[in-house]
Amino acid sequence: MSDVLAVSEHRQGELRDASYEVVTAGRELADATGGDLHLAVIGGDVDAYADELNLEGVDAIHTVDHGDEFNHDVYTQATEQLFDATDASFLLVPHTVNGMDYAPAVAGKKDVPVVTDAVDIAYNGALEVTREMYSSKVETTVDVDSDRAIVTTRPAEWEAAEADGDASVEAFDADIDESAVGSTVTGFEEAAGGDVDLSESEFIVSIGRGIEEEENLELIEELADTLGADMGSSRPLVDNGWLPKNRQVGQSGKVVTPDVYIAIGISGAVQHVAGMKGADTIIAINTDPSAPIYDIADYGVNGDLFEVVPELIEEFGGTPP
Amino acid sequence: MKVLVTVKEVAEPEDDFEISGLEIDEKFLEYDLNEWDDYAVEEAVQLKEENDEVDEVVAVTIGPERSEETIRMALAKGADRAVRVWDDAFEAGEVLDPNAKANVLAAVAEEEDPDVVFTGVQADDDSIGGTGVALADELGFQWAAVVNSFEYDLSEGVAKVHRELEGGVEEVTEVDTPAVFTIQTGINEPRYASLRGIRQAQSKEIAPKTLGDLGLDESAVETPIGINDMYEPETESDAEYIEGGPEEQAQGVAEVLRNKGVAE
Repeated sequence: MSDVLAVSEHRQGELRDASYEVVTAGRELADATGGDLHLAVIGGDVDAYADELNLEGVDAIHTVDHGDEFNHDVYTQATEQLFDATDASFLLVPHTVNGMDYAPAVAGKKDVPVVTDAVDIAYNGALEVTREMYSSKVETTVDVDSDRAIVTTRPAEWEAAEADGDASVEAFDADIDESAVGSTVTGFEEAAGGDVDLSESEFIVSIGRGIEEEENLELIEELADTLGADMGSSRPLVDNGWLPKNRQVGQSGKVVTPDVYIAIGISGAVQHVAGMKGADTIIAINTDPSAPIYDIADYGVNGDLFEVVPELIEEFGGTPP
Repeated sequence: MKVLVTVKEVAEPEDDFEISGLEIDEKFLEYDLNEWDDYAVEEAVQLKEENDEVDEVVAVTIGPERSEETIRMALAKGADRAVRVWDDAFEAGEVLDPNAKANVLAAVAEEEDPDVVFTGVQADDDSIGGTGVALADELGFQWAAVVNSFEYDLSEGVAKVHRELEGGVEEVTEVDTPAVFTIQTGINEPRYASLRGIRQAQSKEIAPKTLGDLGLDESAVETPIGINDMYEPETESDAEYIEGGPEEQAQGVAEVLRNKGVAE
């Protein structure tokens, strides 16, 4: 009879998808432990959020009406207090940029273990968490030999909960120590503006680390020109300054939904896949036959981009550089 | 004023590797400085170069003797000295609990007394991503996770940072120091070590310390989190493979593009 507490997430007036997913993860775990699922809503328009998150499987919603936006000191304090007040055994936090900004601190304050970036959670009298290591090349299961624990759940690994529920909704009077709040969020900036908005594109040719050198990019530019496609990229090329931020597809870049997405020399790290898995048709060109990009590709070309791409340019009447 | 930067030597498996027990077989591993830490080191060195008030950049790592080669890269890029913590207690395997690692790093930080601590967002091998924030909590410092822009007003003791949120949005936040900042890739352009830097690094100090030296015992790194299985994920691919040489493959892709109506 171990209860589960999950924490929702919102930004700029909207709930994040991770909020609905952590409800599913929390319900599954609560089913396994035979306990209740509590859901925390902290900051912003808590009543509206509580209403939207009143989903099947949630037993109780606790609202903490404090501040408009995420602040890690407030979240740390409120979550810590709710963890105790609900007497939950397990605390689930989305493994997002904000989740990782407070979950380890709650673990430190409560002196409980935290297992991050879970892709699966099982319970058979003790918690067993599945997570990846070495850039998703291996999966591990870890035992958590503790009555209480915190687990952060990877986005998009659990389905979003949708069906309406009948949870109780109660305001929780968290005691927030303002003197312990040492950071102030002053605003938000859109980092990925520019000449093209890939989220609107219908056809994207995207390039990754496989391009090897900056000067080789003209090969992909020529392909995109010839095909009339927009050019996207994975994170490393943007980190290197080879392409502007608005070309980055992935979790921290653009989420795209084109008719066709050609992933060239992109291994398919989870952060990239999060940004393009909604494409109707995915074609992957890669030299590594075990690259995870093939897991979501509809068509696979196991070959050298420096041989295949020039042929493809010629096929459509272009001239390879 | 002192800047502390945490660094880690990470193992990277080759494309083809074998798992032996609960680890990747050593012979398939190569070692390198964690990518995120490379950016953290650069941020620390730039802060020192731009501010006369910064006296020293100290790198700290938890790692065996082998890792000194990698840690020396941080020294070659401009860190002034390093502290390397290792102990028999770590031989049992990777410590998977960020708070256990934070206990160790905090003991070093308390000796060094920095105003600013930089860590990488995560390590490429275990992908935990929680040690920086756990360290801040342990020290009673402020913090900001996933920082991709950093400006520090030394006289005010306030850092103005951008945190890279999902979906191309950045949060602008002001953080009082002392504080820990977990550094995201792309925040700067990590320099290559110069020959002069590499030469100088040979004479820089890497101080080895055991848990006992830091006033800790094995209980500091004990954790209820333990790996019980490691395996290669099953491929879930149901992709249709386009076979043949480059020309046939290009023709196959062209046919798909024409069928989908996106190119003629």
